[in-house]
Amino acid sequence: MDLERVIYLKSEILRIREEALKELRELDSPEALQELKVKVLGKKGSLTALLRQMGSLSAEERPIMGQVVNEVRTRLEQAWEERSEELDAMALQKRLATERIDITLPGTRVARGHYHPLTQVIEEIEDIFLGMGFQIAEGPEIESDYYNFEALNLPKEHPAREMQDSFYITEEILLRTQTSPVQIRTMEKLHPHLPVKIIAPGKVYRNDDDATHSPMFHQVEGLVVDRGIRMSDLKGILLNFSREMFGESREIRLRPSFFPFTEPSAEVDVSCMLCGGSGCRLCKGTGWIEILGSGMVHPKVLEMGGYNPQEVTGFAFGMGVERIAMLKFGIEDMRLLFDNDLRFLQQF
Amino acid sequence: MKVSLEWLRELVDLDQSAEELAETLTRGGIEVENVENLNKGFEKVVIGEIVSLTKHPDADRLLVCAVNVGQEEVTIVTGAQNLLTGDRIPVALVGANLPNDLSIRKSKLRGVVSQGMLCSREELLLDDTIGLDRSADGILILPPTAPIGENFGHYLGLEDSILDLELYPNRPDCLAMVNVAREVASLTRKKPHLPKWAEQNQVLSLPVVRDFRIIIEDQELCWRYAGLVVEDVHIAPSPEWMQRRLKAAGVRPISNIVDITNYVMLEMGQPLHAFDRDKIEGDVHVRPAHPGEKIVTLDGAERTLQTHTLLIADDSQPLGVAGVMGGLYSEVTKDTKRLMIESAHFSSVSIRRTSRRLGLRSEASNRFEKGIDVSGIVAVLGRVCDLLIDLGAGRPVALVDEVRHLPSRRQITLSTEHTSTVLGIELKISEIRQVLEDLNFEYKENSGLFQVEIPTYRSDLEIEEDLMEEVARLIGYDRIPTTLPQGDQTQGRRTPEQEFRRRLRKVLAQSGMDEVLTYTFTRAESDAQWGSAKHQIPLLNPLREELGVMRTSLIPGLLDVAARNVARRNMDVSIFEIGNTYWGEEQPLKKLPREELRVAAVAVGKSERHWLNQPVSYDFYYLKGIMEGLALEFGLKLEFRVAENQSLLHPGRSADLYLQNQCVGFLGEIHPSLEKEWGLERAVIFELELSTLFKRIRQTVRAHSIPRFPAILRDLAVVVTVETSAEAVMAKIRKLGGDLLQQVEIFDVYTGNPIPEDHKSLAFSLRYQSIERTLTDEEVNLLNSRILEGIQQDFGAERRK
Repeated sequence: MDLERVIYLKSEILRIREEALKELRELDSPEALQELKVKVLGKKGSLTALLRQMGSLSAEERPIMGQVVNEVRTRLEQAWEERSEELDAMALQKRLATERIDITLPGTRVARGHYHPLTQVIEEIEDIFLGMGFQIAEGPEIESDYYNFEALNLPKEHPAREMQDSFYITEEILLRTQTSPVQIRTMEKLHPHLPVKIIAPGKVYRNDDDATHSPMFHQVEGLVVDRGIRMSDLKGILLNFSREMFGESREIRLRPSFFPFTEPSAEVDVSCMLCGGSGCRLCKGTGWIEILGSGMVHPKVLEMGGYNPQEVTGFAFGMGVERIAMLKFGIEDMRLLFDNDLRFLQQF
Repeated sequence: MKVSLEWLRELVDLDQSAEELAETLTRGGIEVENVENLNKGFEKVVIGEIVSLTKHPDADRLLVCAVNVGQEEVTIVTGAQNLLTGDRIPVALVGANLPNDLSIRKSKLRGVVSQGMLCSREELLLDDTIGLDRSADGILILPPTAPIGENFGHYLGLEDSILDLELYPNRPDCLAMVNVAREVASLTRKKPHLPKWAEQNQVLSLPVVRDFRIIIEDQELCWRYAGLVVEDVHIAPSPEWMQRRLKAAGVRPISNIVDITNYVMLEMGQPLHAFDRDKIEGDVHVRPAHPGEKIVTLDGAERTLQTHTLLIADDSQPLGVAGVMGGLYSEVTKDTKRLMIESAHFSSVSIRRTSRRLGLRSEASNRFEKGIDVSGIVAVLGRVCDLLIDLGAGRPVALVDEVRHLPSRRQITLSTEHTSTVLGIELKISEIRQVLEDLNFEYKENSGLFQVEIPTYRSDLEIEEDLMEEVARLIGYDRIPTTLPQGDQTQGRRTPEQEFRRRLRKVLAQSGMDEVLTYTFTRAESDAQWGSAKHQIPLLNPLREELGVMRTSLIPGLLDVAARNVARRNMDVSIFEIGNTYWGEEQPLKKLPREELRVAAVAVGKSERHWLNQPVSYDFYYLKGIMEGLALEFGLKLEFRVAENQSLLHPGRSADLYLQNQCVGFLGEIHPSLEKEWGLERAVIFELELSTLFKRIRQTVRAHSIPRFPAILRDLAVVVTVETSAEAVMAKIRKLGGDLLQQVEIFDVYTGNPIPEDHKSLAFSLRYQSIERTLTDEEVNLLNSRILEGIQQDFGAERRK
């Protein structure tokens, strides 16, 4: 009786195993898989039910049968695991096969505006000088004759006033023709503090309008005043600036020049950024490009600013932002900068 | 100043080419703007002789010429029919670039090689004063004396080069050939060979004039006036060499007397004027014009003079406008027998005013304006005497020299040590000495301290720093090393306001707007429309009328830019500008006006089409969104209120912007009635004043901790009338929600079926959260229904099902 029973149970266990394994191979979804698992191994599963019948076996036979059931259970669980992984892999393959997109289509557009090229150049100049310890000073665009001319050693009727054609508002008030009045305003404000080390970017105005002149344009002024400032310091600062602005391998050269508010004065050329100095169309074959005017602050100007020229010296420089932008971006006509055509602006 | 190299060579030893000299001068501080080679175009044109003429084997109309060009014989094919064997003609050799821009290359004409071209007058841009009459029909035929093989330009006397000097106002001395020669001599360490009258302290010994006096009425306007009386005047053309030099300098030759005065002006820098002595009645007066006084000037024009015009007059009438133009009456003519040649000083300010007002600018007035060397006034007349005698043009007999003021000679102390410090170069005493020698300045030196005598022609040298520049430019600016300032270190940093403007620009650009820069002067009418006519500041001398006033609003400039772009088919525009507006408090201005920084924007059209995303319309909500982004960036509580009195903006689509009850700007669609004027449809704009904004920006961020307890989300959709303001509903929701309602957002606005007419549906998403505990569904439901009741009560809202 017991033997018969044992044989029956054993055959049932094997049958369940074979059927489960067969069914397993045919199932193709994780859900069906789970269902089958419950049907066989769950609390009410067929294998569990068989296990319950083992209570009627003898003490000797029970562990033997138990071992058989456990082996089958392990085997089935292992098979389920394998099949489940197989199904996952298949599902992944299927997903990858269907989720293919055209990566050449343009991406979602993120709005992006453009800085005006002159703003870009001004900020770049500012950043270079901030890095060298300069502050940024500002002054009014509508200026008095005193600050724009007289305090800069350009008394009324000085022939050098003709170098700049001014826009007047009254006889004594005009649109500043240069950022240089900020030199005086800064010195008046800071004296006797030392050192003075500023740049002053801003709009300036001259009565001129053609491909290389605009009635409104931008300058950046620079001023350093301290004890023992030398012309060689001017050269050093401007060499640093030129290399930051136009490239590491740039050289500069100074040429004697004239400005009423500096003495000695110098025009500064930078080695051509296009040909490197060998001569090309941009530099008209000279290898050099004029970028700014500079010099040692005239003693009278230091005095006007409240400093004693016996004790301190200084240097000053001024550059045209439009010119630098034109050189940097290869712009041929200055008027493009104020025409504000979006096709032009959106290049920057 | 045009400098003839040929002339300069006479005044200074020179071994440089024109181009090399130009570079030397430019590096020395005298900028040479241009070098004009008069021989240009004739470099490879030589004089040749026709050795033989034969018919071209394959072309009836062509001739094959054998031409002797000196060293060799060349074959040239020509179509010209006016040639005879033995003719001397200009030959353009291979490589020539003719004045008419024709380049000559070796070529083959019907199988015969031609090694150049025979030239006509037209090809050489010459007139019919050159060559034989036969030249008219083809090739230019030269006289049989023309030397074979000589360069054609040299044959014509065109060897010279002209240097065009661009002089700074500090170097008027270089308006004289002798001083250019001095400058070249200093820079190249060569010896100048100047006429003796260019040297200081030359004395001109002539009897003193007895029959008239010089009467200077205002010695501020005329410091010195000298007159040279000349008799036995013989008017004739001046010699060819003098005419050539005058032409090279751009001065037209007239007669020997006028040419001498002009020649000496170019040479010595002192303008001169010759009067017919016999036209002068009584004394010579230097005086301001009387009211309404008139004079007919040399050009035949009658001119009414203003009272401060300086005149040269005799006892009865004006003879000339001092320093600007002579009078017709006292002009030198072919019948003139006696002269008075004027050499004088006139105030540069007075001359500038007069020449401006009369619109007469000349070589003479230019030199007076820049300032002349008062000490040299009589010496210059010495040079005139020499030329008058050399040219047989007249006999100097007497001199008058009225001196009222003579600038004293300057002495400047130059310290070797100080110069070294300022330039940053270690200079030796000997180097400074060498510079002063090269400049030919007199000096005394004592242990590195130089007492320098400044020659009167160098009026620009006033202080020690001026001499430092002389030292630097003569030893070369390249000697200056590169160093960095040695003083205290400083920290470069933008001020908070500068940083604010930078961030503002960044926020706007990152929102997708393009920055523009427009002129700050604009049309008065447009600016008055958007800004304030009362505060507009007009320019006295605008470039054009439409750039006549300083702007009080940024809007017209931006609308112009938008309209211009749309007209050019750049249909979608979203632009901004940060810039000043200018506010005058009175007319005319007595003090500097207020400059008010603003930001403004114009948008029209929509964002570009995209396969994935809907384009964004540039409408009210577009700009409002950008402003909200801006408010978020700077922590500003920006309020949008229905615009008051906005005839410029669409009344239903505009708002005034408030910060803590202060109006700081506006936002809206431009009024439909303005669309035509600007050529823009449905443009939206904003303008904000920035100083108030800057004062109110959040200085620091205080962080809130993140709630640990879960949030409960609820959506709430209500139907209200279209007039109901969403903001008001939201405010009510916030109020009723209390502390537990962490966030309210509108996520949908809908009109149309099934919403009744004149109604809209607003859908809100509400987030409830406590920082202390987990909320229960029940309390949230209770809060939510209380909110619903509240807005039903206040707005007559219906819950949308």
